[in-house]
Amino acid sequence: MQQQARFINIGERTNVTGSARFKKLILNGDYETALDVARQQVENGAQIIDINMDEAMLDSKAAMVRYLSLLAGEPDICRVPIMVDSSKWDIIEAALKCIQGKAIVNSISLKEGEAPFLEQARRIRRYGAAAVVMAFDEVGQADTKARKVEICQRAYRLLVDTVGFPPEDIIFDPNIFAVATGIEEHNNYAVDFIEACRDIKQLCPYAKISGGVSNISFSFRGNDPVREAMHSVFLYHAIAAGMDMGIVNAGQLAVYDDIPDLLRERVEDVILNRREDATERLLEIAPEFKGDGSVAEKQDDAWRSLPVTKRLEHALVKGITDFIEQDTEEARQQADKPLHVIEGPLMDGMNVVGDLFGEGKMFLPQVVKSARVMKKAVAYLQPYIEAEKSGGRAQGKILLATVKGDVHDIGKNIVGVVLQCNNFEVIDLGVMVPCAKLLQVAKDENVDVIGLSGLITPSLDEMVHVAKEMTRLGFELPLLIGGATTSKVHTAVKIEPHYEHGVVYVPNASRSVSVVQSLISDSSKADYLARIQQEYVTVREQHQRSRPGQTMLSLAQARANKVQLDLSKVAPAPKQPGVHLWADVDLQQLRDYIDWTPFFMTWQLSGKYPAILNHPEVGIEARKLLADANAMLDQMIGTKRIQGKAVFGLFPANSDGDDIIVYTDESRNTERCRLHQLRQQLQLRNNIANSCLSDFIAPVGSGVADYIGAFAVSTGFGADEFAAEFAAAHDDYNSILVKALADRLAEALAEYLHLKVRREYWGYAADEQLENEQLIRELYQGIRPAPGYPACPEHTEKGTLWQLLDVEAKTGMQLTESYAMWPGAAVSGWYLAHPDSKYFAVSKIGRDQLADYASRKGWSEQEAETWLAPNLND
Amino acid sequence: MSKARLTPEQLRAVLAQRILILDGAMGTMIQAHQLQEADYRGSEFANWPCDVKGNNDLLVLSQPDIICAIHRQYLLAGADIVETNSFNATTIAMADYQMEALSARINREAARLARQACDEITQQTPKRPRYVAGVLGPTNRTASISPDVNDPGYRNVTFDELVTAYKESTHALIEGGADIIMLETIFDTLNAKAAAFAVLEVFDELGFELPVMISGTITDASGRTLSGQTTEAFYHSLAHVKPVCFGLNCALGPDLLRPYVEALSTVSEAFVSVHPNAGLPNEFGEYDLGAEEMAAEIADWARQGFVNIVGGCCGTTPEHIRTIAEAVAGVSPRQPKPVSHQFNLAGLEAFSPEW
Repeated sequence: MQQQARFINIGERTNVTGSARFKKLILNGDYETALDVARQQVENGAQIIDINMDEAMLDSKAAMVRYLSLLAGEPDICRVPIMVDSSKWDIIEAALKCIQGKAIVNSISLKEGEAPFLEQARRIRRYGAAAVVMAFDEVGQADTKARKVEICQRAYRLLVDTVGFPPEDIIFDPNIFAVATGIEEHNNYAVDFIEACRDIKQLCPYAKISGGVSNISFSFRGNDPVREAMHSVFLYHAIAAGMDMGIVNAGQLAVYDDIPDLLRERVEDVILNRREDATERLLEIAPEFKGDGSVAEKQDDAWRSLPVTKRLEHALVKGITDFIEQDTEEARQQADKPLHVIEGPLMDGMNVVGDLFGEGKMFLPQVVKSARVMKKAVAYLQPYIEAEKSGGRAQGKILLATVKGDVHDIGKNIVGVVLQCNNFEVIDLGVMVPCAKLLQVAKDENVDVIGLSGLITPSLDEMVHVAKEMTRLGFELPLLIGGATTSKVHTAVKIEPHYEHGVVYVPNASRSVSVVQSLISDSSKADYLARIQQEYVTVREQHQRSRPGQTMLSLAQARANKVQLDLSKVAPAPKQPGVHLWADVDLQQLRDYIDWTPFFMTWQLSGKYPAILNHPEVGIEARKLLADANAMLDQMIGTKRIQGKAVFGLFPANSDGDDIIVYTDESRNTERCRLHQLRQQLQLRNNIANSCLSDFIAPVGSGVADYIGAFAVSTGFGADEFAAEFAAAHDDYNSILVKALADRLAEALAEYLHLKVRREYWGYAADEQLENEQLIRELYQGIRPAPGYPACPEHTEKGTLWQLLDVEAKTGMQLTESYAMWPGAAVSGWYLAHPDSKYFAVSKIGRDQLADYASRKGWSEQEAETWLAPNLND
Repeated sequence: MSKARLTPEQLRAVLAQRILILDGAMGTMIQAHQLQEADYRGSEFANWPCDVKGNNDLLVLSQPDIICAIHRQYLLAGADIVETNSFNATTIAMADYQMEALSARINREAARLARQACDEITQQTPKRPRYVAGVLGPTNRTASISPDVNDPGYRNVTFDELVTAYKESTHALIEGGADIIMLETIFDTLNAKAAAFAVLEVFDELGFELPVMISGTITDASGRTLSGQTTEAFYHSLAHVKPVCFGLNCALGPDLLRPYVEALSTVSEAFVSVHPNAGLPNEFGEYDLGAEEMAAEIADWARQGFVNIVGGCCGTTPEHIRTIAEAVAGVSPRQPKPVSHQFNLAGLEAFSPEW
């Protein structure tokens, strides 16, 4: 109905005086369910929610504050404005202190006279709220049209002229009273209200009119169809007269035109007071319409009664596996061929998922759950399809692999799942895939696209290598590049020039679908690749021009500008020197040390933890994901499916130029090994020192006894096997979850171990007291740089660390040929304790440092070039 | 204060004439001095019980010359308005350094230093007055977000606590000579509502009003504040303050900020200010958007009629401000939307029904 379209529905169910159910929930302290009441109101179309906690048995103020504070964390509810409903001023004020948006106060009035009315109006302004003003004055509540208009006009002038209240923020409630009560004086109440609306609108420009609609039908309690009809008829006329909003049960309004004619006529007689016997005549027919007219609240399993294709769609969109085999079987029996179930209802459902994902209405964890449902359905159908000997028809074939020397595969697995969801056939060769094998499979399987993934920096060079090999071997397939250290710039500058048939950087899993689709289609492929190539030319040009201000110093100049170490602040000798092993770490205690922000990033939910849990768009998904993660951690840790180990040591050390010497013992006569470090060589702004990790260790000959620590930890023992079990059960969601959580636990273990070292084993910060958040922000003394990361970017130094601590023999952790750690959920690095030591990025180095480093490592320059490629300035 | 106070009407009159230039980042400029713990302490706080390195606001007491010099650099680069170095100077934020008791003094001194720099430069070119914007930062706590995942109803600061802290800061900023009160980098609108509440109370107590500027922060490409509001919802939630100027700052570079600047410009009945970051931080945590690029985008906003006050936030330098000032010179300022009496409410999203 046109008129109702502009009428504002205010949800009424979150009101302890009006809803017995809500009152019970609040009295029982079940705030969670009480929030669902608000959620349903919003879902049912309430544009504002009215909240009332006025109940004698309740600490109403505390309940209001608690409810609003919880509501603030529910973006799907608090996206709408709030109406604070109380007869007590102190509750209203407490509520306004909890609401960030622009709310409405319900209500104030002239009941106690002008002074408190004006004071309250001023306070409401200061909190930035609008106000409902009841037609109530010192004499009493207005019942006739004349009294309603008189009081509202008086209040309006006081508010606008005395307080400067914006007239558009004044909402009058001219009192809706029950009609058809059997008392003759009540018969004209609806007409009084409706006619008052017209005058008030005319006399009080910009002011609004509201009211509690259900009052009108009070005498028909128990007969909802008649009540709903009365509400609809009343609103139909009141809205026409200028009523703007009302407190209604948004899910329970009859459509005026749908009311049976007889009922509508008799209701209209009552509302408009058209005949003396109107009440009797309505009472006469009312029993005929009695019944449970209320719309049953949607049951959670209502979808089970839908047709099977819709059930499959629902299961896919919602990620529900409970009924999938049963529903798939039903669909199979209805279909001519089992394959048609996949090509028909299942793909239709996945298309819905794809569309929702594309529109940003679904998020990655949900899509992966959808894929789990899809895989289970397909697995169920597989035997039937094979029995018919008909092959599946996929859109295209994609070969995925993590390159040689690298074991990181979480992102690659997500890409695989997302592509499969979109009906691409995916061949996943797993991790550490040598180039030759990769290209052999690509040829044998006649794939359409190759996708490479990698996380550590040497993988970047391996990708360059693959590109060169593809050229040499005459491949013409497009090559996709992804993974945490890859970038568009690197792809454009380093990889794409080596292969002319298309190299495309794919920033995330969701993007992979559109990229692959463009590359599969013969019609769009050429255009798409031409556009990408053009784009990369621009990227290369920009890269050439970038950072022109940064000059490369000579190595000698950079060394002359080293960090000047304050030798008086060198940390004391370790309390427990030597090598220590934790053979079986208690993983439970690590849970408090988890940094969750990167975990959410893995799932492409970007935002800082814990704020992300309240994010208006991804908050709900983030919370679900966190709950799943915690349940999985319970399982991983409780059943000891994964184990954690740590080995670490503290050694006498001094620096010698850019090297750090580790001694066999405190006499400092014999070198145990040398840790070769790299120095920043770009001229930094504001004469900041050119750092090298060795700068943070007291030099040989300084006479100061200094120390260095080394550590290697992993929580990945058992993780691959556990993840593989899920993958085998077509459950990629949990498979990816296991690996992502193992990674988080490894980081947590590294953080926890560092803390123990600072406070106990080395003991230079025995009194440190830091919260997890502060740990994550690294607000402690000392650093733990990891070989392969910006402060010491050269990976082979991990080999020295492995020897120093005898890591492999003690823990079973291994290094691959590219010096990636296995198991993948691992962290290793050095401990530097000097208070001035800080993280930095070595960034670009010059040929002179390359030569110097090569000679220190005993390498040829060519060998050094291989390992330092990412840091070479070209 | 010897001079007559700046009234909201006077500032509105100036803004109707030309685009004003706000200064740039303070933090980046301080960093360049590579101050150490001892420098932060100065002589007065040599024996302070906890580390104070990083307490940039304390520098108004321990290194006043450095702060004053930075203000001067921005003024010479063309800034009409300089922001006091008091972003974290509320009692709440100062608690990190056990310096709650110094809050009022720091705010007062921050205003005094900015005043001194402005007066010096204004003396050289008296026809073009410079203004001190007394800055009230967001504090390090949020009134509408729980810091405890396990208890979403928990809060580590209340509205009343924020009002008390902001009142103290506001009084001190005005005593020190602030011309304007500026609420900036608002990531939780409830914090800002408390700040606004405090400012209005202080105006009542003093019996006069200064112009108010309000500037919110869209934290990421979702287009929302940290507390989840859209630009329009943010505007409606604070419109009751009747600030001279509404704006956006921080978090994003000008390219990503553009749609929200446009949205604010469309809805705002106040003048509009923007001071974005010099891009997003690069992999080293540095902001590296050049002055020319930044000025080009901002100049486009000016030509589109989106803005009245422009400047820079994190990572910007006097060079950025000079380039921006040159780029917008002579461009006509945006004219605010006429008062409409539109009825607006807001949750996380704006609710502006049309009749």
